[in-house]
Amino acid sequence: MSTLSIENISMRFDLPNGSHVQALKDVSLTLNTGELMSVLGPSGCGKTTLLNILAGFLAPTEGRIMLNDHLVTGPDAERGMVFQQGALFEWMSVRDNVSFGPRMAGKREKQWGETVDHLLDVVGLQGFKDKAVYELSGGMQQRVALARCLANDPDVILMDEPLGALDALTREKMQGLVLKLWKETGKTIILITHSVEEALLLGERLLVMAPRPGRIHKEYSLPFADDGVGRDLREVKKNPEFGEKREEILSMIWDMEEEIMGRSEEASA
Amino acid sequence: MTILILYVVIFAAAFFLVRFGVRKFRQMQDFTSLKTVTFGDESAVKPDRWASVISIVAIFLLWGAFTGSQWVPIHAPGPFVGDTQFTYTLEAPDGRRDDATVYARVFKVGADAEEPEIQPGDGFAKNDAIKVGAWRSELLLMDKNDEVKRKEGAKVVAIDGQPVAPGETVRVVDGSVAVTAKGSLNFSPAKGMQMEPIWLPAPEAVVARVGEIASEGYQNFTLWEHLFWSLFRVIVGFVIGAAVGIPLGYAMGLSNWFRGWFDPIVEFMRPVPPLALIPLVIIWAGIGESGKIILLFLAALWIMTISARAGVSGVAISKVHAAYSLGASKWQLMRHVIVPNSLPEIFTGARVAMGVCWGTVVAAELVAAEKGVGMMVMVAARFQNTDIVIMGIILIGIIGYAIDILTRKAEAWLVPWKGRI
Repeated sequence: MSTLSIENISMRFDLPNGSHVQALKDVSLTLNTGELMSVLGPSGCGKTTLLNILAGFLAPTEGRIMLNDHLVTGPDAERGMVFQQGALFEWMSVRDNVSFGPRMAGKREKQWGETVDHLLDVVGLQGFKDKAVYELSGGMQQRVALARCLANDPDVILMDEPLGALDALTREKMQGLVLKLWKETGKTIILITHSVEEALLLGERLLVMAPRPGRIHKEYSLPFADDGVGRDLREVKKNPEFGEKREEILSMIWDMEEEIMGRSEEASA
Repeated sequence: MTILILYVVIFAAAFFLVRFGVRKFRQMQDFTSLKTVTFGDESAVKPDRWASVISIVAIFLLWGAFTGSQWVPIHAPGPFVGDTQFTYTLEAPDGRRDDATVYARVFKVGADAEEPEIQPGDGFAKNDAIKVGAWRSELLLMDKNDEVKRKEGAKVVAIDGQPVAPGETVRVVDGSVAVTAKGSLNFSPAKGMQMEPIWLPAPEAVVARVGEIASEGYQNFTLWEHLFWSLFRVIVGFVIGAAVGIPLGYAMGLSNWFRGWFDPIVEFMRPVPPLALIPLVIIWAGIGESGKIILLFLAALWIMTISARAGVSGVAISKVHAAYSLGASKWQLMRHVIVPNSLPEIFTGARVAMGVCWGTVVAAELVAAEKGVGMMVMVAARFQNTDIVIMGIILIGIIGYAIDILTRKAEAWLVPWKGRI
């Protein structure tokens, strides 16, 4: 049963100086319900553009996105987003942030109260529900963002480097939490990251993208996400296969970066 | 000059007194006190409350001391008041000389005074008696009772034994005497170092005025009515300005067309000082209430428009994206994201606008008004009621400060997340 299909997406736009940018070229892939795909790539490979197209914030110049057999044309509650910096609403308490989606849909507290409190429990913020979000640490804010997204019960969750701004220790804890939420809720998740390790740990499928023009370079199917559920992620990292894959992908991205550097040097020469 | 030096001395003395006196007794040990690098660390610089208190006390002390206030124990030397005398030496054309004494009575202006009674004395130069108000001077035609007059060739050659010529001035015991070009004498009693009430009244005179004007009024209105009208104009003008400016700013922040349409107008009107509009507003709307309110409306309008526009522009795009992907409609985005997110900017704008409006209303009332605190000051200045002028200035300052504090309090209460995003 395919849910999210990306069909021949291309994205090309003009610059004021007359040249143009080919941000994405002919990207196609299909995601099944409950799959967790991580997306890696050097900067400028169009991974954030792809995510914005999936969210409906940008329109592709060619191709289309289908979700559950209907066309994606704009942002919608069926596709939740988690941003790098929480993007929380400072003027609302933690609980009001989490219940934002249901409230906007016009639901009464009777309908969402239980879900929201359950989610606050899951992300470990029950004791902070009446606090202002600016009083929370970065990791806690990101947990609010996760809960807020889940409270809306979207079909697909799009994560744009959700753990990128966190310190190493918090990040590791949050990776465990993402895996746990994924398994518990069975959501389809697309997660963009800069960290190869994070992509390997969390991605059931791992997409490596290449730049100029942005395209899919290689796709992996990985066992580590399933291994990692409910376990210490450091154990997973000790797996020799994990190390091999990490080296392979790192050198792949490294080569791409080298190529970009070389090309820009040629261009400037 | 003396006052400036005194002020600097008080500043330095208070500094050393507090630093080496008071601080010795109550040493605080908070985090800042443990910093060794404080010079250049802005966060370590906090206003010293001792300094603030002493500063205010020093100003009142200097004010009192140099105006002869009853409330202040020490005074700068005041003008000479009382009886004094000096002698002049008259020389007749044939070379004879004779001394005569001038008895001067210096009185406080406003008090009754009689010329001292004197004996004419011997010789051809006779003694004179004059009365002079403190801080004033008095021309003395000393020869009008002398036996040899100036037109007969008599002239003053010395005062208190000091030789003088026309155009020169000599010091005498309690003042100075100038010989005019025509040869008469001009006596100025010593002025001391105090300010004359017409330049700067004593603090108690100002306070007394507050009471008087609060109960009896000035120019047909009591003090409270003057203040009320000024504040009323500010509040009405500001409220209308905000009511128009904020929606306009939102529209400019949300729509290309509105931005394009109003950008030139706003950008042009913003740098025009509201004071420059006073003449036009008077031509159009007269000096009544509507003119004032139109002026203040214009003063607040552009500031509020620009701050609302900046508030909308300041919304992080990720918040907008988040709200949309959580299912918010445009209207919900407006109400739950854009408006609250722009509140800090709007409050900053409101503070600036209230300050500008307060300044503008006073200036507008200075130009033309029937009531209002600015009008009160202006009319008082015309009649040289310096005490009312000073009282007005102090009240204008206090109210401006109070407006600022109130908007800050409202801000802290309504937008506690300001600066924490």
